Amino acid sequence: MQIHELHPENWVDNYADYLYNYAVARVSDSEIAKDLVQETFFAGLNSAKNYKGDAAERTWLIAILKRKVIDHYRKINSKKGKAEVRINYASGDEDEGDWLEERVADPFGKGGDATLENQELGEAIQECIKKLPKKQSLVFTMKTIQGMSTEDICNELGINPSNLWVMIHRARTALMGCMNQTWF
Amino acid sequence: MKISLEKAKEICTKSQYGEASWWELVQLNVYLFFSKECADFSAKNTKLTSLCEQANLQTLPESDKEEMKEALKKKL
Repeated sequence: MQIHELHPENWVDNYADYLYNYAVARVSDSEIAKDLVQETFFAGLNSAKNYKGDAAERTWLIAILKRKVIDHYRKINSKKGKAEVRINYASGDEDEGDWLEERVADPFGKGGDATLENQELGEAIQECIKKLPKKQSLVFTMKTIQGMSTEDICNELGINPSNLWVMIHRARTALMGCMNQTWF
Repeated sequence: MKISLEKAKEICTKSQYGEASWWELVQLNVYLFFSKECADFSAKNTKLTSLCEQANLQTLPESDKEEMKEALKKKL
């Protein structure tokens, strides 16, 4: 069996986005998700001596993050008064009478299955992005996920638009190949 | 007017971001009409765009990552 090693100096570059997506999908708050990722890295450092190398570095960090997410919910649920359901619906007469209907479950809303599938999809895409050459992965992420303009990316990375499109094209072709079996 | 398959695929990728020029789109559409390979690629490319949207991926801003790196470095 392969023995894995920890490389904390590369954690942010290699896993921050992956862990962040995992966290944000579970806590629905970008600031809290960011804090949880940071705490995960610190906890990883603190327990590095217990790492046996059986699991891959990322799997191990995700296991720590899972605990952090559980702890987060425990903490907010244990605060007094948080269990109360508060409905602020006293903002004008025009809404009167509508509030009950608006709180009825939407049968066409996104269900648990869809959410779970989107999480799996997100993880699969992240997994494939990780396999891309560094520069392709960076350009693809800036353009597709962060939605940056072509001009800004070119300025930031010191490349011209032709280079950018070649890199994005290669990245997308590789991603299609990587995700082909399961998602296409 | 004639472009290579690879160039057509590149334009196809550009069009996924709405950044292909009018002339490039004309060239691409002519290619799509005649080349099944290009049409298949185009369909997959469109599917990839919709999968990326569906996954709603997010990344941490670079400034936050730098802060994290600094904080980790101090603890190392």
